[in-house]
Amino acid sequence: MPLPRLIPCLDVAGGRVVKGVRFRELRDVGDPVELGAAYSDAGADELVFLDVSATLERRGSAVEVASRVAERVSIPFTVGGGIRSVADASAVLEAGADKISVNSAVLTRPALIAELARTLGTQAVVVAIDTEGGRVHSHSATRDAERDTVAWARECEERGAGELLVTAIDRDGTQSGYDLELLGALRDAVSLPVIASGGAGSAAHVAAALEVSQAALLASILHEQPARLRSLRDELRSLGVPLRDAA
Amino acid sequence: MTVAICAYGAGNVRSVELAFRRLGARTELAEEPRSVLDADLAVLPGVGAARSAMDGLRLRGLDHALRERAAAGGPILGVCLGLQLALDESEEDGGVAGLGLVAGRAVRLREGRVPRIGWAPVEPNGETYWFAHSYAAETDAAVATSEGIVAVVESGSFLGVQFHPEKSGAAGARFLERCLSRA
Repeated sequence: MPLPRLIPCLDVAGGRVVKGVRFRELRDVGDPVELGAAYSDAGADELVFLDVSATLERRGSAVEVASRVAERVSIPFTVGGGIRSVADASAVLEAGADKISVNSAVLTRPALIAELARTLGTQAVVVAIDTEGGRVHSHSATRDAERDTVAWARECEERGAGELLVTAIDRDGTQSGYDLELLGALRDAVSLPVIASGGAGSAAHVAAALEVSQAALLASILHEQPARLRSLRDELRSLGVPLRDAA
Repeated sequence: MTVAICAYGAGNVRSVELAFRRLGARTELAEEPRSVLDADLAVLPGVGAARSAMDGLRLRGLDHALRERAAAGGPILGVCLGLQLALDESEEDGGVAGLGLVAGRAVRLREGRVPRIGWAPVEPNGETYWFAHSYAAETDAAVATSEGIVAVVESGSFLGVQFHPEKSGAAGARFLERCLSRA
């Protein structure tokens, strides 16, 4: 298996990095290119840029962000938020992103997963699943999608998803630890790589998530401070997690 | 130094272009055979599906141009799907004929999580690069492996890598720099 991955997640709205407990009370904390480059220098294995405004406000800034990031950053990155068609996704990849992440659009129309996989290759298609209490939520976690999380994960795999980005909504921003029970169930249910998200508060939390998942998404634990990623990597190494040497 | 990057409708062309430009190379998007034949280094990038990629190459006459370049000993770098397309065939999608620049075939990964996504060390050089693939080469032309999977193939003037040097940070840049200095 490839090495476990640490993936800082940058929430973007209107072309700026924003923060809040995700989805709420957003405030501007910087430029996505500068912050992305700084995380890359600090040893990030990949980056995720999520346009948190896109689905609700129908904003289409993902291509511009992808294009600017690709000029500066030479590690892989995923762009999500507001991608509703193969054309949307292709534009983001042509701009230099490696993967796209889809969420609400594929809950509305699951056949889109296969269309994306056929055109872009399965490795480029990340399906983001926001979940609480074993059920899938959509539209920035504001609606119950009336699906069982594990069943939906299996369906995503069958339809051609390349990776699952699974966020435990009730843990998100709480720093109380990843939902290991959920991640364990998904490990057994699918053979795709799974990116764990929601709840990272300590190196021990991240190490535990990386025991069952292939990657950990890092958001509030980093506080938009690349130096924290450096120290987290050191702590993880001392806990025996085999991270890549980024030099 | 001019680098012609085959532009045939596949993704990751821009990433490859940007990576070479960071190293000071002059890049050109090659959509017709002449550019492929004239450049100091031709790059066959690629992500996604083998069949549509081969169709895209044929449509633009780039398949013949790459064979001609290889026969004349001109350096070619194949990246990820670009490596797989250089083989005789791929078992993807019920079987897809490749360019036949390198004897061998692309077969589906049968172990571990698929797609195989992430950073993994490559032996013998010991560097760690980023991979994202569901198929891998089976060939006698392998010169490096990663976890037992073919990572680099070399045959005549063709060099193919399963990983993405354009997305492999400092290690990837070092690799591309060596490609440029050999070309």
